[in-house]
Amino acid sequence: MAEPMKIRAKMVDGSAHVFVLMMHPMETGQRKDPRSGQVFPAHFIQSVTATLNDKPVLNMQCGPAISKNPVVGFRVKDAKPGDRLVVAWEDNKGDKARAEATIA
Amino acid sequence: MKGGGAGSVLACALAAGLLRPTRAHAAEWNKAAFESKSLAEALKNIGAAGAAESADIHIKAPEIAENGAVIPIEVTCRTPGAESIALLAEKNPFPLMAQAELAGGAEGYLNTRFKMGQTSAVKVVVKAGGKHYIASREIKVTIGGCGG
Repeated sequence: MAEPMKIRAKMVDGSAHVFVLMMHPMETGQRKDPRSGQVFPAHFIQSVTATLNDKPVLNMQCGPAISKNPVVGFRVKDAKPGDRLVVAWEDNKGDKARAEATIA
Repeated sequence: MKGGGAGSVLACALAAGLLRPTRAHAAEWNKAAFESKSLAEALKNIGAAGAAESADIHIKAPEIAENGAVIPIEVTCRTPGAESIALLAEKNPFPLMAQAELAGGAEGYLNTRFKMGQTSAVKVVVKAGGKHYIASREIKVTIGGCGG
């Protein structure tokens, strides 16, 4: 299963600056195995969602053009230290991961 | 008993690869837009055909990317009320790279790393107040990050 995500979330000038690192191969479906000549099947994150204190803040749809081990940075104004952030992703094979963090 | 039977049928179908879990949430994922092969088609499929050029969208990205597999792109929209941000690379096999809906106090800001197959214009489409705005930035790619 998926490796854990890393989340950094801290207040900067009244906004929560959030940075999420997800571990995922993000296989495009275009790359070929040089030995067998076979195409590696596409395997990529299709959606990344984030909520702050259970309210949605980000709903991102992704194509395979997102780099391997994706990072997503976003900012939320009017957040406070101690607010609870939940980030979740789902890929094209139905694998999912979810992580929580507290705004620092 | 009936439930168990249905379950095992489903398990067999899954094992045989007949039922792909992909299909379950394909409705949410904008398949048409992500599988569009031209910029114009992708823009149309995200509802942004005819977006107005805007100088308020700032795209921070390297001018020359040595490695097309990892290109950091940071978008900041100075106009308040951004509802969504989409990024497209004109010459990628599938131009639409990502589309983020913003809500609940999220600012018009997005920072992600992308793959690009070759030197291309990157278009950023921001939706604000129900209208679409577009900005462009050329990124030169030395080694493409799609095939291999």
